[in-house]
Parts: sequence; C-alpha cells; structure tokens
Amino acid sequence: MKINVKHVAKLASLNIPENEEKKFENQLNEILSFIEKLNSANTENIETTSQITGLENITRKDQASSSLSQDKALSNTKSKHNGMFKVKKIL
Amino acid sequence: MKPVIGLEVHVELKTKSKMFCGCSADYFGQKPNTHTCPVCLGLPGALPVPNKTAVEWCVMLGMALNCNIPLFSKFDRKNYFYPDLPKGYQISQYDEPFCLKGNIKLDSGKTIGITRVHMEEDTGKLIHEAVDGQEVTLIDFNRSGVPLVEIVTEPDFDNAKDVKEYLQKLQQIVRDLNISNADMEKGNMRLEPNISLRDKQQEINKKLPDYKVEVKNINSFRFAEKAIDYEIKRQSEILQKKETPVQETRGWDETKQKTVTQRIKEEASDYRYFPEPDIPPIRWYESKLNEIKSQIPELPDEKSNRFKKLYSLSNDDIKILIKDKDITNFFEEAVKIGKKHNLTPKQIANHIINKKINPSDLLPIKLIEKIISSSLYEDVNLDEIKKIVKEIIKSNPSSLEDYKNGKTQVMDYLIGQVLKKIKKKIDINTIKNILKNELQ
Amino acid sequence: MNYSAYTIKELKTSLKKKHFSSENVVRDCIQEIEDSKHLNAFITVCKDEAIENAKKADKKIKDGIDQPLLGIPISIKDIYLTRGIRTTAASKVLDNYIPQYSATVVEKLEEAGAIIIGKTNCDAWAHGSSGENSDYGPTENDYLEGYVPGGSSSGSAVSVSADMAFVSMGTDTGGSIRLPASFCNVVGLKPTYGRVSRYGIIAMASSLDSIGHFTRYVDESALVLSITAGHDPKDATTPKKNVDDYESYLKKDIKGIKIGLPKEFFSNGLDTKIKEKIEKEVNSLESRGAKVEIISLPNTEYAIACYYIIQPAEVSSNLARYDGIRYANDRTHFTDEAKRRIMLGTYVLSSGYYDAYYKKAMQVRTLIKNDFDEAFKKVDVIITPVSPAMPWKIGEKVNDPLAMYLSDIYTVTANLAGIPGLSVPIGLIDGLPVGMQILGPHFSEGRLFQIGQAVEDSGL
Repeated sequence: MKINVKHVAKLASLNIPENEEKKFENQLNEILSFIEKLNSANTENIETTSQITGLENITRKDQASSSLSQDKALSNTKSKHNGMFKVKKIL
Repeated sequence: MKPVIGLEVHVELKTKSKMFCGCSADYFGQKPNTHTCPVCLGLPGALPVPNKTAVEWCVMLGMALNCNIPLFSKFDRKNYFYPDLPKGYQISQYDEPFCLKGNIKLDSGKTIGITRVHMEEDTGKLIHEAVDGQEVTLIDFNRSGVPLVEIVTEPDFDNAKDVKEYLQKLQQIVRDLNISNADMEKGNMRLEPNISLRDKQQEINKKLPDYKVEVKNINSFRFAEKAIDYEIKRQSEILQKKETPVQETRGWDETKQKTVTQRIKEEASDYRYFPEPDIPPIRWYESKLNEIKSQIPELPDEKSNRFKKLYSLSNDDIKILIKDKDITNFFEEAVKIGKKHNLTPKQIANHIINKKINPSDLLPIKLIEKIISSSLYEDVNLDEIKKIVKEIIKSNPSSLEDYKNGKTQVMDYLIGQVLKKIKKKIDINTIKNILKNELQ
Repeated sequence: MNYSAYTIKELKTSLKKKHFSSENVVRDCIQEIEDSKHLNAFITVCKDEAIENAKKADKKIKDGIDQPLLGIPISIKDIYLTRGIRTTAASKVLDNYIPQYSATVVEKLEEAGAIIIGKTNCDAWAHGSSGENSDYGPTENDYLEGYVPGGSSSGSAVSVSADMAFVSMGTDTGGSIRLPASFCNVVGLKPTYGRVSRYGIIAMASSLDSIGHFTRYVDESALVLSITAGHDPKDATTPKKNVDDYESYLKKDIKGIKIGLPKEFFSNGLDTKIKEKIEKEVNSLESRGAKVEIISLPNTEYAIACYYIIQPAEVSSNLARYDGIRYANDRTHFTDEAKRRIMLGTYVLSSGYYDAYYKKAMQVRTLIKNDFDEAFKKVDVIITPVSPAMPWKIGEKVNDPLAMYLSDIYTVTANLAGIPGLSVPIGLIDGLPVGMQILGPHFSEGRLFQIGQAVEDSGL
C-alpha cells in the first residue's frame, strides 16, 4: 500500500514541503509494510475493543457550572477583537 | 420528472448545561466567549462527559417519532478542520445512533420515514466583519458544545408544501415535549433540504437520482418552501436540456430569492469516523426506556384525535387550540367548568378563538362567567344601537347640556331610555360606551 | 547539603522535627538542576514559585499540619497542564502556552502539599521511546554520558534518578514510564488505565494513555498512587472503584504468589545479559516462596503492529485541536515525528482503509486482552523484561523510526490490555541500568508493589 503523502497531509491540515514528501513517503511505507503483519492474525468472529474499561452509561447531571472568564478564554491567542478570536476571512 | 426531497433538521436542546461540559447552554445574546471552559473551547487536556438529560431527551424525541431505540449506542468522532470546531473533530454519532427507523404521518395520510435521530454537539459561531479595513472572521465559542439533536428523513417528500407541514409538525412535537423552543429565528431549529428530480423509470424502480443538491442558509419555514420550489424549477430546467445538475451545496439568498452556489464538493468529505475513546458506550435497560416513554406528554396527533372525539370541533378549530400548550390547557379547563353551566365546547372554542382570548389575562372560570353573561344578552347589531342612541340624544337635548356640565347621573337616565326604545336585553356597558362616544 | 540520601518518609520526619526546612530541600534540588543543566531534564524550572511554596509549606509544618507530600519537591512531565506555568508538551507548537487550568492530578498533588519544582523534558507530544524527539533538545541519561534515558518521559526519569526531585509524574501510552524507569534505575509505575484521571493532561492516545509516576523506591510509588488514584467526574473513563490501601501490601510475604513468565518475551531479540539478570531475580523470588511457571501470550507478535495503528489514529485526532487559533502556534510548527504519526493515523482512518487497519487492530486488541485474561486465570502476576536492549547512544536510532518503534515490544501489550505495570531496577550492566517489569490484572497495583518490594529487598 503506497501512501499518498500529499493527500493525507491535506486531510490532516499539515504542510509537507515538496522536498520532504519522498522522505516521509519512504518512512511511512516502511511502517505500513511492517503493520501488514496484522493480516496474518486470525480475527474471525472477534469483537472489536474500543473501550478497555468495560464501563458503560457514564453521564453527568444537567446542571450549569461556572465558565472561564472572557479574558481567560482569550488569554493565549495572538489574534482577537472585541472579545472574539480573529482569523483571516473565511470564504 | 418528480422531486425527491429529504430533510435534515437540527434542534438545539434547552438543557441547562452543554452537551459535554457544565457551561450554561443559554448562550443567546450573551457577551462573546463568556460561556466557555477547557472542554468546549478545545483546550489541551480537556475531556467530554455526556449530559444525561440531553441523551434522554434525544431518545424521547426518537420515541415520539416512532423510532426503534437500539439497546446499545455510542458516540463517535467526526474529524474535520474548521475554525468554529475547536477540537478539530465533532463528537457525534455515526453507525450506532440513539434512534433509528421512525416515521411521521402527514394530514394527507402520507407517511414520511425518519432514517435516524442522533445526538451531537454544536459548533462556535462565525461572524464576518471588517476590522481596521481588513476583512476578517471573528469566532465566538459560547455556542460550541450546546446539545444538538439531528433528525434525518428518508427522501420521501415530493413537494415543498409537505415539507412545510412536516416542519410544523416536528416543531410542535419538540415544543410539546418541552425539550427545545425550536425557534428558527433564534437558531434553535435549523434545516437543510436535499433536493433532486427523478424520471418515471427511476420512480418505478424506486431508484434515487445520481445527484442531489443540498440547500443551506434557510431561516424560516416559508423560505424552506420557496427554496425547494426554486430548486425544483432550476433543476428541471437543467434536466430538460438533457444535462445533470451539479452535485453541490447551495445557499438560499433571501434578497435575491434564489439559491446560489456555495462550494462544489469535489469529493465526499472524509470524516474518518471512529468510536469516541473518551466516552464509554450507552446500554439501555427496558425499565429506563419505559421510564423515558412515560414522560412523553400527549403529542399533537394524539391530541387532535382526542379533541375530535371528545369535543366535536372542526379541524381548523382544533389546530388553533392545540398549537399553544397554555391555550390547550385553558380550553380544557374551561370546558370542564362550562359543562356545569350547560355551555358546549363549541361555544367556548368560538369565544376563545374569535375574541383571541389570552390565557394569561384571566382564569378559565372568569371566561365562563363572561360567556354566560354575554349570552344573557341578545345579539344586537352595534350599528342598530348607535342609531337608537343618536335618536335618544337628539330627543333629549338638555341631557347633553347636563352631561357636559358634569351631571353624570344623566347617563343612567339615557341608558334607560335606550333600553326602553330598543326593547331588547343588551349589556349596559355596551350602551354606556356608545353613549359616551356620542356625547363627546 | 544533599538530601538525596533521605527517603520521603525520612524527609517528612526531619521536616517535622525541624532538622531542616522544605526551603532547604527545594533550594538543594534547584541547585542540582542547575548543576545538571547539560542533562537537559527540564524545560521550565519554577525556581521562585517553588521557594515561595516551600516557605508556605514550612509554615504549615510549623502549625502542625500534616499532608502526605507536604514540602516535598516533585517534577512534572511537561504534558500535564499547570495553571499559570508554561506547558509546552516539548513542542514548539505550544512554546508560549500558559494554561488556564491545572490537571486534576496536579491539583491532587498540590492538595497533598507537594512542591512543583519544574516541568520536565520529554519527547514532543510524548511521541518517542528515547527522549530524542523533544523540540528542546534530547535529555541525557545521567548514568552514562551521551546515552539515551529512554522516553517519552525522559526528563521525568532523569529528574528522579539525578536527585533533582523526589517524585516525578509521567505518562505511559506504550511504555513511556516503564522504559525510562528501566534505563535510569528508578521505579516507574504505569497504573491500570482509568485508575488515575487524564483530565488536564495533553492527550496522546486516549484509549491507551496511563497516568503514572517515577520514584526511587517502591513504597514511595505506593504513597504517590494513593494520592493520585481515584474517580474523577471530569474523566468519564475513571471508574468509581474504591482506591486500594496500597501501603498495606508493602512488606507482605510473597509465599505462594504465582508468577508467569511469557515465553514470547524471552525469545530471540532479547539481550542475553538482560535475560540472565531477570532469571537471577526470578530465582530469588522463587527461593522466597513464589511459584514460577512458563506461560504463553500467543498474540504478542501482533502487538506492535496493533499499537502503531490505534495509537497514531487517536494521535491524529487528538492533535487536530492545535490550529493556532485559540492558543499555540500554528501547525507548521509540528516536527517530523509528530507529522509522521499524524499522517499515519489519518491514513489508517481514511475512507477505504478503516476496515483493513483500524477495525482489524481493534479486533487484535481483543485477542491481546484475551491472552492476558487467560494468563491471569493461571498466575497472579507476569514478569518480563522492559526493553529488548540496553540504552543506546543518542543519535543512533533517530533516522530509523521503525527501529525506534520496535523498542516498545515488551511494553505496548500492557497499554492495549489496560493492565498495570511496575518497572523496578535490577542492577547495572556495563554501567547502564536495567529494569524488570511486573504486570498484573486490572487494579492489582497493590500486588505489583508487593512483588516490587520483594525485588528491591533481594539486594541483587
């Protein structure tokens, strides 16, 4: 399986410079080849495990609690205006 | 060519707190970014914990729509990048949603299939503005994380009118369940129709057309109807030229009253869904589901049928009476009391509807009293009373003088004169008001 | 004055008796950090805050207040959020991030009186097994110059090993506490998944991240766990299960305890010197009454492949929030290893590949979990090596990501199964430390401490 670095990088919102595409492609293909090992595992009729805790039905009561102040919420951004985060115009 | 329309509706739940954190969900009109926390702001290290009430309300809605509630359900991550999505993924439901395969019946008897009803979280709000001469986008995350229920229908509609009726019915159900205000203006109900057209052959083979157009930015039921009609026309013109309409998302332009291209989807978005590892799955027990079901109040269709049976009212009357919970309750209370006084439901209904009675203005018993007293009087044309009042004043010139000089007891005399002349039982207050007017 | 000779218990006694103050101890640690700058164990040193807090602690001690870690300096891996204290995840993306809140565990430790002396270096985003992936330079092993300390909790391990702190908090997603503990001659605990809250700790792989710690001695490890363990309403994956009385397992007789040695962990690929050391240790335990048997964990060969599908998939999603809008620098600041894992994860989740990779991996995960369930029906604990090889030279493996991944072979299975693991030192080989791993069923940390202390007492 050959990985299309350009396509995957786009999906992941990463910028991979042209001159590095090949390097990543080689490294990732090597890793993917190794991962192919899984194909020899017999998983017929085996359930998937996505939760290792075995927990179920964990919810919380619907009650409002305190929020961050506006200042705190914005404290780490470099770009803000009138209490809102500011970015380049989105078309 | 017959239209094939499916509808996606999002309803914002009016829970006290957000879907996965304790921030207040009542964000409308609040100062920006004052209802956020590490969880809904997507700060590093934050973790989601589902809102119990939101989950139960979603199931309750599914039940009200005759859905099947699978006993096992889970949350999934829907991964994509957008500035209003703080985590870079939305916690939603993919292949194991809370509710499946429901239906809703229109007045015509036609059944609309509900594909699914599931739970997800809302995004932040984007505001496009010019700041210091530059065009920018501002982001407010107060709305981020508010619970949303998504209701998806099968592509069972074939005209805009039915869609409007469905929306009204859905809105009524949601309001009756008291889980959302479902106010399109406030954004707590949003809708997106998918529209395409198919030919006779596809219809016979029950095949869907190979394209569909999604329409966004519709802010009212009225515009939904217009947008759908516009799209049907636009698409049929293209198809008549033997071309296929482009599969895309279009926006409804209110000012131009047409749909416009927003962005062409080159490929279906790859959301890379996978089970949400931070939230254990939900397993329902029959007892809990029964408990939720028992909380469902009488829904519009049920109520409508009951009213018809019990009160023998017309469909139009029933529609008005059941629209507002307060009016419904007021009416039924009044009927109970009215029965003791031999008043019919129809009389009471007429009074409430014609006189536009506001239930918060008076108690049901007061309404009954009003009806009783007004029916003691005969029905006399106001113009007739006016005519007689004018005659009485003419034939009593000195009374006019006395009244103007402050001798108000002359009013009683004049009222008596009117009653004598008119020879009918009329509400004294009515005569008084007309006299007052004429004596000015 | 050097306080490294004191155990935490002894420190507390001396502090109470006013032999010296918390401020003395803190200043000593800070000096140690400054003297060992070349090891690059810290990203942020909280000198002023620590001294300030030490003074406050001294006042509390004077007032007769007692808290489990009152006045004791600890360090914290820089992926734990600490309110008001810069937190970078060792990545230039978060170079200037000042958190608006603290992790639940940080709050618990502060409530227990601990003094945070600084944030330790690690592989950026916890992606690594050697400490070489930090955007702030690699951390060095204090036992041998130029050698790796293991990762990803590299700085944490070194800070305890080199007497800069008495406890260090780390995370273990595929071995990131156990491996550096083994390489640095300290005790490293990976608790049961969900035993300790993950709230406020930068997520690497959500279903695998385990929140643990480094100490010099096993009993101190038990002390720390009794502070950090417990249900957190803010973390839906922490069960309401009671926290065990871990200290009651210490100094308990190990007679009759059944120890399993999985044959798959002792085959080719394991350095013979490490194998010998472990065998010696196990024999010692056997001589004290433990029962040893060979067991099998047949799906071990698929563990790395399984792990390197699930982990990058979750990583790719967890790192999506770093878009530079609400905080942090933008995504162009990610360095190579992070980019690799994000791309790998995005790929295995993408349309058309989900079933072949992610779904398959989730099924294999079930097989691995079942292997342990079966094994623990026969034995109480499982003992294995931590690493197939001794610490390597800095730079030796950086250009071979896959080779780096293969060093996780003995540790990833515990994360996939969610079980706890304790790495205890068993001596030196050619001047470099080696550790041994004790694994147990879910929530059996007490049993691990019991065996761990027996190993400690063997004096080998």
